[in-house]
Amino acid sequence: MTVTTWRRLHPLSPLVRTGRLVVALLLVLTVSAPARSGPGGGFGIDGFRIYDLAAVIAVAVAATVKWLVTRWKLDGATLRIETGLLRRDSRQLPVARIQAVDLVRPFLARVLGLAELRIRLAGSSSADGRLAYLSEQVAADLRARLLAAHHGLHPDTPEPSERLVTVVPNGRLIGSVLLSGATPVVALALAAVVLRTIFPATARHITSAGHGGAQVTLVTGSTLLAYLLAASAVLWRRLSSQYGFTVAESGDGIRIRRGLLSTVAETIPIRRVQAVRMIEPLIWRPLGWCRLEVDVAGHPGRDEGSHADRVKKALLPVGRADVARHLVHTVLGNVAPRPYRPPARARLKAPLSYHFLAAGHDDAAAIAVTGRIRRVTVWLPLEKTQSVRLVQGPLQRRLRLATVHVDAAGRRVRAEFRDRPDDEARPLVDRLAALSRTARARAADQASGRAGAQPGGPDAHRRDAQDPEQDSEPRDAQDLQPRDVP
Amino acid sequence: MRRAEVAAVAGVAAVAAGILATALGGAVAGGIAVAAVVACGAAAAWFLRNRFRSWAYQERDEDLLVSRGVLVRRLSVVPYGRMQFVDVTAGPVERVFRLATVKLHTAAAATDARIPGLEPREAERLRERLAALGEAKAAGL
Repeated sequence: MTVTTWRRLHPLSPLVRTGRLVVALLLVLTVSAPARSGPGGGFGIDGFRIYDLAAVIAVAVAATVKWLVTRWKLDGATLRIETGLLRRDSRQLPVARIQAVDLVRPFLARVLGLAELRIRLAGSSSADGRLAYLSEQVAADLRARLLAAHHGLHPDTPEPSERLVTVVPNGRLIGSVLLSGATPVVALALAAVVLRTIFPATARHITSAGHGGAQVTLVTGSTLLAYLLAASAVLWRRLSSQYGFTVAESGDGIRIRRGLLSTVAETIPIRRVQAVRMIEPLIWRPLGWCRLEVDVAGHPGRDEGSHADRVKKALLPVGRADVARHLVHTVLGNVAPRPYRPPARARLKAPLSYHFLAAGHDDAAAIAVTGRIRRVTVWLPLEKTQSVRLVQGPLQRRLRLATVHVDAAGRRVRAEFRDRPDDEARPLVDRLAALSRTARARAADQASGRAGAQPGGPDAHRRDAQDPEQDSEPRDAQDLQPRDVP
Repeated sequence: MRRAEVAAVAGVAAVAAGILATALGGAVAGGIAVAAVVACGAAAAWFLRNRFRSWAYQERDEDLLVSRGVLVRRLSVVPYGRMQFVDVTAGPVERVFRLATVKLHTAAAATDARIPGLEPREAERLRERLAALGEAKAAGL
């Protein structure tokens, strides 16, 4: 297969793009059909059908045009994607800067044997590369080539074999989803509905006497029902997106496979991990369960919510602590920083969260434990440190305490050494800064050493090492360039 | 600069308050109002002097040290290699007093290394130096 020539996406991709809309429309139609044929109908059903049909055709034409004008090629160390009819958009993704590669297969695409390839770079979503859709074979092949090139190997290197790390049993996943944050809401709603139906008298008593009790029950019942539906939708989404969660380790990074109807296969190069976070919500703690997340520089995908400015990937949606620890070691290497407790006087400043508060570091990583209801443990490799900050509020000064933050790339990616004694905090800042410096130098040495062993590698890594400057500049340039409207 | 700002605002406010109070309740009330406003101005000036004194930065071999704040004290250490870009801004008031603010940005959104109240020449020098150092010691994400 030659990848150096321009190639198109798979011819069936417009069909998949349109297909989703058709499904949605059908759903709307079936839901609203009875209402329409009812007395308040107004227009005839046929009129609506024509509108719907027109919409479908318009979308289909647009999708086809998009398919016609989109092409891509892998040109040595850059992936080029060109698209757009009126506004040409040509994008060059330097392979060395890849943060993660995802293979996404929505249900319809899966049926047709297609897949979407998402290439994530640091920065905004506009810098992302999306190829929707390729045939599964081509997509997998391209992913292997991209990752091989990313690691400075020849693109034709076969995909490294992978070692299965853990599989999340679906039963446990269902249990964890049921025991998650949305559940108390659902339970409360249910309880309220039940109470209202059992004791209509109380309902009437509580609400002002003007309204009829039965009516009130009906009204509250329907709002609760709406809540219930929304909550179950959230639960379902979480369940279906993480069904059959498999984590594997291979030479090119951590591989995650998940999904019930639409499947996602993610690959995260290990060097790109900014931080690992272990979250233990209150309800899960008696069961010894926890969730693991990794932060990668960049922006989140559609399924992670768009409010956060980072890629937060679930490394383990639910699992026992020992599995989680094993995964942390897999990702961060053999680090075991020991957390230390803040002094007892910190209890006055943080009466609740003092219970778990702890932080520590060794020469490779920092660890910080925070939170009372949701215990969060953050591991942050010191080579990823962007800045070290010391913050001391008025109350903390009174108590001779200070908080030291170690920031990594992203919006809220940091380890907080909360409420340390202030005579310890100031040297800690310097020590962390010095340790991050040596860790960074070590990582750079390792990278160049590894690249030196591979032909064609040093170039890629040199470019990699100069990330920040080049990162913003060429992207702006390429944003500006292709905007010539014919 | 901030002190000058405060003095000007307080003076005008004192005169205004004096006139208003005199018109409303006679000379004594006017005197009290002026005194009160002047006292407030003095307090603000004192606070701002502290704030001004808290601004500090230090260029070290490998990183830049920035500290500020009176009530909430902050100290940031930013390695030169992690700098993404350097901003030099001068607002309208700052321009009147010929001052500028230098701000460093890293890939971490939480980094808030801001050095306010610099002479334009010093700001420019700092910017050039930081940019050069950033380039020399650049590190990937």
